Amino acid sequence: MSKVLELRDVSVAFTVGRTLFSSGRRAKAVDRVNLELGEGQTLALVGESGCGKTTTGKVAAGLIKPTEGQVLFYGKDVWKMKREEFKEYRRSVQIIHQDPYSSLNPMLTIYGTLSAPLFRHKLVSSKEEAVEAVSKLLEMVGLVPPEEFMNKYPHQLSGGQRQRVVIARAVSLNPKVIVADEPVSMIDVSLRLQILHLMKDLQRKMGVAYLFITHDLATGRYFARDGYTAVMYLGTIVEFGPTNSVILEPLHPYTRALLSAIPEPDPQRTRMKKVMQLRSLDVPSLLNVPSGCKFHPRCPFFMEGKCDKRPPERYYVGKDRWVACYLYE
Amino acid sequence: MMVIATGREPVIIVRNLSVEYPTPRGVVKAIRGVNLEVYKGETLFIVGESGSGKSTLGLALMNLVPRPGRIREGEIIYRVDGSEVNLLKLPPEEQRRFRWRYVSMVFQSALNSLNPVLRVWDQLYDVIKAHDMNVSREEAYEKIRSLLSLVRLDADRVLRAYPHQLSGGMRQRVMIAMALLLDPKIVILDEPTTALDLLTQKNILEVLKDIKSKLGTTMIFITHDLSLAAELADRIAVMYAGKIVELGDVYEVFYRPKHPYTYALLRTIPKLTSVEEELYPIPGSPPDMVNMPPGCKFHPRCPYAADVCREVEPPDEWVASGHLVACHLWRKLKLEVGVP
Repeated sequence: MSKVLELRDVSVAFTVGRTLFSSGRRAKAVDRVNLELGEGQTLALVGESGCGKTTTGKVAAGLIKPTEGQVLFYGKDVWKMKREEFKEYRRSVQIIHQDPYSSLNPMLTIYGTLSAPLFRHKLVSSKEEAVEAVSKLLEMVGLVPPEEFMNKYPHQLSGGQRQRVVIARAVSLNPKVIVADEPVSMIDVSLRLQILHLMKDLQRKMGVAYLFITHDLATGRYFARDGYTAVMYLGTIVEFGPTNSVILEPLHPYTRALLSAIPEPDPQRTRMKKVMQLRSLDVPSLLNVPSGCKFHPRCPFFMEGKCDKRPPERYYVGKDRWVACYLYE
Repeated sequence: MMVIATGREPVIIVRNLSVEYPTPRGVVKAIRGVNLEVYKGETLFIVGESGSGKSTLGLALMNLVPRPGRIREGEIIYRVDGSEVNLLKLPPEEQRRFRWRYVSMVFQSALNSLNPVLRVWDQLYDVIKAHDMNVSREEAYEKIRSLLSLVRLDADRVLRAYPHQLSGGMRQRVMIAMALLLDPKIVILDEPTTALDLLTQKNILEVLKDIKSKLGTTMIFITHDLSLAAELADRIAVMYAGKIVELGDVYEVFYRPKHPYTYALLRTIPKLTSVEEELYPIPGSPPDMVNMPPGCKFHPRCPYAADVCREVEPPDEWVASGHLVACHLWRKLKLEVGVP
């Protein structure tokens, strides 16, 4: 399987609190992240709010330039690309945001929203062609009959319908990768599976790869069940592997703690779970990240003089399966 | 209608409650004839999607439905020490007192509902003073200290702090302590953990379990998250389009649901660690609350819908003692979910 997108030692630092008199402080939202996405593959990037997963997604889509490291599109460093090449990369990696309410222009009809990129990238040259292409897109995402939706404005659609429009826009340029950042978290529970199935369906038809970003491990497990899962904590990926292996046999103490703490929709199962006790419940600030392994102040397996000194490397425990934890050294 | 399960003592009785919000598009019938009893000491979960009316029901229980919304009809009776209090008939001043003392609420937006320019101590002390001028500073301090320790906070550290110096989980625990300050018998919690990180969320759930076992407080949770209900509920009420469509013991509702909506919900949510099973999308969308379909409001999405469902709204029926369902077809349907 050829690699379509790769993040190599990517870091993103933001400056916080810069004023006339102070140069501010550096917060590393993403810290030496390595990720690979094969053609047509699904990779779930899971973590809690503030862990840097959204920033990682923006880096993957070329919306943020990393402060260090490289983003490779079919092996080519995208930030060294020529203008035309970069444009092609940006067209090929589309992003779906969490909020279907703010990601559509309220002044444009659905036709306007969906036809603009087609014209911009010269995929259509006349109004007739655009109407036909937009109809096809709407049918593809289940907004039928298309005539009924084409001239509507976003406010006339429900949240689920809007997210379908956003998905239609993302697939309209035949992308290779879609970065889906919490695509269903603002959608009603009863509509989520429809959207997830639609996305999977498009993957089968178009061969698009997904970087699926979520805080909901159960949804991540379902969506990436035939793919991979990466667990992120304070800007670092702590564990990576085939999805069911990561979720059912978690290795990193952080992943284990998470999985032991998350309630499940089954009264007997959830009440029998044993919570892993942490040394501290405080989540460190990105401005004051712990030395060594970032989880060490909370980790019940903390080894003094080791975990707090140097950040652990990636230790492989199987094919495509690694953990950044000294327990697996 | 008002069957009382034996041995259980209702502390709230809601009768035929309807709440409406006028909007430019028309009247939103947020709650349509809800009947509900809340029992002493229980943890009741009201679950539903956005627009199902669950948050409105929570507010209505305290007569706090925001204007221009209004309670169109119905009664909310509180049983206090053997006597009945009809909340909607109380004068406003008495309602206010009744609220903190007898029933209090922790809101969804609790993270922002502390005053940013006052220390935690001042905010907690104010609540006590506002309701009882005679409490001494020392008594108040003792009370506050014991509650903070119940919610697993270090009083010495927290009381002197301003809200921004506390983490989200700590602020949420302060809010829970505040809700308990006047020893209410009932606490209503609207999505108390949604804004918190996952490990903190679990900690708050443990705190709430402590409160339940130590103080015996009756708790009403309002949430869209079925996992929280599975974790904590004694009973669960499932709302759809402004009505309770199913109500019962948490194990009954999860393992032997009787309403097709409950059944569909349970089969549409991804599971975290259980064996992978097929999930099924629910077709269609939740109803437009201004322009609802006739008959059962779930019928356009229900795979079992019959003619009667399209015409007549189903009555509430008792499936068994304590298990209520509003579905014409419940007797005929076999809706089994992985019974353990």
